[in-house]
Amino acid sequence: MSGGVDSSTVAGLLHRQGARIVGLTMQLWNQRRLPELSAEGAAGRCCSLDDVYDARRVAERLGIPYYVVNFEQRFEEQVVRPFIQEYVAGRTPIPCTLCNNYIKFDQFIELAASVGAQRIATGHYARIRRDEVSGRWLLLRGLDEARDQTYFLFGLTQEQLARALFPLGGYTKPEVRALARELGLPVAEKGDSQEICFVPTGDYAAFIEAYFSAAGTPLAPPRGQIVTTAGRVLGEHAGVHRFTVGQRRGLNVAVGEPLYVIATEPETQRVIVGRRDELLRSTLIARDVNWIAFAALAAPMRARVKIRNKHLAAPATVYPTSNPAQVEVCFDEPQRAVTPGQAAVFYDGEVVLGGGWIG
Amino acid sequence: MPRYYFDHNATTPVAPEVADAVREAFCEDFGNPSSVHRFGQAAKGRLETARERVALLLHAMPREIVFLSGGTEGDNLAIFGTVRYDSRPRKHVITTAIEHPAVLHSCAQLEREGVEVTRVGVSSDGVVDPDDIRRALRPETVLISVMHANNELGAVQPLAGIGRIAREAGVYFHSDGVQAVGKIRVDVEALGVDLYALSGHKFYAPKGAGALFVRQGVRLGAIQFGGHHERDRRPGTENVPGAVGLAAAAELVRANLPMEMARMGALRDRLEQAILERVPDVTVNGGRAPRTPNTSNLRFDGVDGEAMLIALDLAGFAVSSGAACSSGAIEPSHVLTAIGLSAEEARASLRFSLGRLNTEEQVERLIETVAIAVDSLRKISPVYKSARV
Repeated sequence: MSGGVDSSTVAGLLHRQGARIVGLTMQLWNQRRLPELSAEGAAGRCCSLDDVYDARRVAERLGIPYYVVNFEQRFEEQVVRPFIQEYVAGRTPIPCTLCNNYIKFDQFIELAASVGAQRIATGHYARIRRDEVSGRWLLLRGLDEARDQTYFLFGLTQEQLARALFPLGGYTKPEVRALARELGLPVAEKGDSQEICFVPTGDYAAFIEAYFSAAGTPLAPPRGQIVTTAGRVLGEHAGVHRFTVGQRRGLNVAVGEPLYVIATEPETQRVIVGRRDELLRSTLIARDVNWIAFAALAAPMRARVKIRNKHLAAPATVYPTSNPAQVEVCFDEPQRAVTPGQAAVFYDGEVVLGGGWIG
Repeated sequence: MPRYYFDHNATTPVAPEVADAVREAFCEDFGNPSSVHRFGQAAKGRLETARERVALLLHAMPREIVFLSGGTEGDNLAIFGTVRYDSRPRKHVITTAIEHPAVLHSCAQLEREGVEVTRVGVSSDGVVDPDDIRRALRPETVLISVMHANNELGAVQPLAGIGRIAREAGVYFHSDGVQAVGKIRVDVEALGVDLYALSGHKFYAPKGAGALFVRQGVRLGAIQFGGHHERDRRPGTENVPGAVGLAAAAELVRANLPMEMARMGALRDRLEQAILERVPDVTVNGGRAPRTPNTSNLRFDGVDGEAMLIALDLAGFAVSSGAACSSGAIEPSHVLTAIGLSAEEARASLRFSLGRLNTEEQVERLIETVAIAVDSLRKISPVYKSARV
């Protein structure tokens, strides 16, 4: 229970169905650690006292037992530090997926099991269904297209899916708000959280710099060149961690036509920029692939492939490679801003086939 | 489902006798003790009778008792009221690594105000060595603050020895007695303390009622400002019902302490002995120290204490673990760290604290439930399995 309307409604729905439930909130990050970034009043601050207060009030309202469990150390080790390392290495990570894979649907499920809970229910907009033929657990998109969160859930294993419940998968957000009101939940009108929970300001570069400073190892002011794809030096920048593929703003170079980040090179600290059409790519390699709908990919497969959360899944052919954990994706039409560190998630209609990390 | 309470170091239920006394003070003698009229006089009478009773409990004089809101306020008044009013240019305070946040954070604030603070460590059983206090003394030392009994371990500190050192050095000696009053004998004369804080709700009086013993002759400045209440040491209309409750609870302690200490000790020893016999790889944290007879801090190797606390609560047994942070999540305990436990060992520790309503039968049920919970948690613990292979 995050204290938001979605997980609160999940608790309310299950309680109304008569399920025996326990409310748990994960304490993941202490906002006071980097006070300069605390963004007082920002919505969706991770583990803010206001959110814990709201979750506790919902549990009281429902009359269910409720506990806050401390995952701060594990969250830092398995989500925050990899997030930072990825940025410094010039990639654009998805901490929510790391959190789902290693915290929420792993250690948190274990904790739930150890207090006697067989399954965990979350407020994700996604659906789980058992395939009667194969016996596999399938992951399906949430019915609310705009809210669908399966892009962040591609890493779930069969064991994890078997122990998860997504009661909101069949609802739209307005329906969920209506349910919350109907259930008398005090958070029915609460705003949505937008940004990555531990960086409520959305300023990742400032977060990364503050994290290193607080650790006593401030980032040496990394200076590098901004270079065109043709090799022309346009100016200087203050660190590749400040740039992501496809980014247009913040380059501070003026050359008549709009320029975009095409790639970053952490080794040379170069940021490569170019025209919009230079962002187009027809292929990508996805590594550490997790298959959900079947056990392994034996032959080339048609699928729709989504390369970032807000991307419209594009038709492609997915080819197995000699490495079973790696596939090659060839899009029918070139795609804009294939970004290392993001995920490529494969869909067949509403079914999530699987996904991997863009190398 | 029946629920059993084994967290009396956190708080206690108000005793029925205490509740009766408080009710009278609420509704009948409700006057303001500062008022001149008979209503005021009746309330003042209640307040001063209460003061005498609390003084008797501590072996103090009534004029040495300041009523206030609880342990935190008592500790704050003792620390800031002495140190800030000392006129020396350089000032130094000695405390320990296992104090309650009311003392730890007050000392941290003094540091921000330019006072130097020495935090003396403790033995692996959670006991301060008076010689360490002696060695920490400096000419500019203003105050020594050492708790009487530790909240997490129950470890009773050698106050009398420290009191002698303080007196020889001419340094004020404060003790946070919140976890001692009602559990062990407290005699401020024998202990040699100058300031001693206590909190009502830890011994069956209401929350929001406490007292600070201030030895006659101690120069204590105010830290809050207002009227002339409590001999100018604590302004604000007196919480007469709270003081009355505190006094009624003090009377219960005076009447029952030796008997209750023996009964608590027997129940606690039974709990520890049975768990040690039935469950492998259990350690009593601080088990060799003199302890308050109601407190047991047990470490279950390979068990996640947070999960065990929740599992026990869902089974109807209330215990505690570490310290709660502002969100309510459990933080690693600074006390367990101070006795040398690793973060993992601290995480595997739980505190059981008994009280006057616990029975032998309840303790037997607790033993049973703990044994089952540890077994099932260890079956799924990756840490415990890998340690066994």
